[in-house]
Amino acid sequence: MQVTVTINGEAVSRDVEPRTLLIHFIRDTPGLTGTHWGCDTSNCGACVVLMDGKPVKSCTILAAMTEGHEVRTVESLEVDGVLDPVQQGFHEKHALHCGFCTPGMLMTSRALLDENPDPSDLEIRTAISGAICRCTGYKNIVAAVRWAAENPATTRQEA
Amino acid sequence: MQTPGPFEYERATSVDGAIASLQRLGPDARIIAGGHSLLPMMKLRLANPEHLIDINDLTELAYIREEGAEILIGAMTRHVDLLESELLARHFPVFRDAEEVIADPVVRNRGTIGGSLCQADAAEDLSAVCSAVKANVVIRGVDGERVVSMGEFHVGPFMTVVGDGEMLTEVRLPLRVGGVVVGSAHEKVERRAGDFAIAAASAALWLDGDTIADAGIGLSAVGPTTIEVTRAEDLLRGQVPSEDLFVKAGEIAAEDCMPIPDGRGPADYKRHLAGVLTKRALRRAAARALHQEA
Repeated sequence: MQVTVTINGEAVSRDVEPRTLLIHFIRDTPGLTGTHWGCDTSNCGACVVLMDGKPVKSCTILAAMTEGHEVRTVESLEVDGVLDPVQQGFHEKHALHCGFCTPGMLMTSRALLDENPDPSDLEIRTAISGAICRCTGYKNIVAAVRWAAENPATTRQEA
Repeated sequence: MQTPGPFEYERATSVDGAIASLQRLGPDARIIAGGHSLLPMMKLRLANPEHLIDINDLTELAYIREEGAEILIGAMTRHVDLLESELLARHFPVFRDAEEVIADPVVRNRGTIGGSLCQADAAEDLSAVCSAVKANVVIRGVDGERVVSMGEFHVGPFMTVVGDGEMLTEVRLPLRVGGVVVGSAHEKVERRAGDFAIAAASAALWLDGDTIADAGIGLSAVGPTTIEVTRAEDLLRGQVPSEDLFVKAGEIAAEDCMPIPDGRGPADYKRHLAGVLTKRALRRAAARALHQEA
């Protein structure tokens, strides 16, 4: 079936089997491999993308189900060489080590800050509770999201 | 790589259209809502539908509202909306208790109440919640609607009374009037945050003055389906709430559940949990009914 998904503002169209999962559609067709394919069971959160602004696990959504919706991936965060505050926060606070969980963490954190610009540490921990980090641990990730909350991009209002 | 087996996909544009498709396609068609139970089952080949009918566009099935003497919840209402509903929290805080421990916030953005109930997984929390608050569900088919109590809804593991060509459209929570106050609570023990329960207990108490007018107790993960502890409900009716009474109700819950040993724990541990969690849920339900606890 022909499926058209709007990914980072661009309509991506492809003839796929109905069973194609969103994660594979994103990685295969436009080649956006920033979204990581992790546990495949909706537990780990590495594959989180935003669907109409809300974080969702792209391993457990059919690509066909997202037609007509806006999908946003980690590639959309950096614009013209300027990192999103959550990316900058991860850099400042050393919130990644192997980096496998990072795209999901970043998108989950972006969605949190879009909804709640000044979250408490508990709210940050709750928001990322569907994302698993196996090396850095969560302390620095929480600090990174806090850094992003305290340093919202002033030059990125247009993004 | 985990991918579901092949199937045909279509999007429903109306409830009647979805039912017509179910009718036309027969028993090999399934409704997909949030998909966070069905797609994992399909990846494991535990479910192999030949047709999926996507009802995510049916926003007319996403609502929580008070009407007459009931709270009505549309089948497409997502976990996040159940969690955040002030109306539900005011009347039945058991929903918020449960939603805080169902999966994680990202999964809760997708999963729905209709999907949870129709999945009929005995370890799932909302079925116990709906049993405890004596919910009824509306099942619609070509010939119209029928209303079924939670007690009649699940007929076995992963099996409901929803027939071919039918779909669940609404969950109805009766509100009792005439001086009766209600309290409710959900207690769960899980191996790690967001996991299915090792055991969980939902309880609701309706108090008329200082007497228990009615009680509901539903247990998750300790039987082939959600367990309604009717013998403990019978014990509670007509009594004055007390710690001794709740301990006795917990003992009955532990006796009447049917846990099996698995990776989440041995049967005697689950039986013990069923008793303790029933007691705790009743205690909190009573405190809430009496406004001693939020």
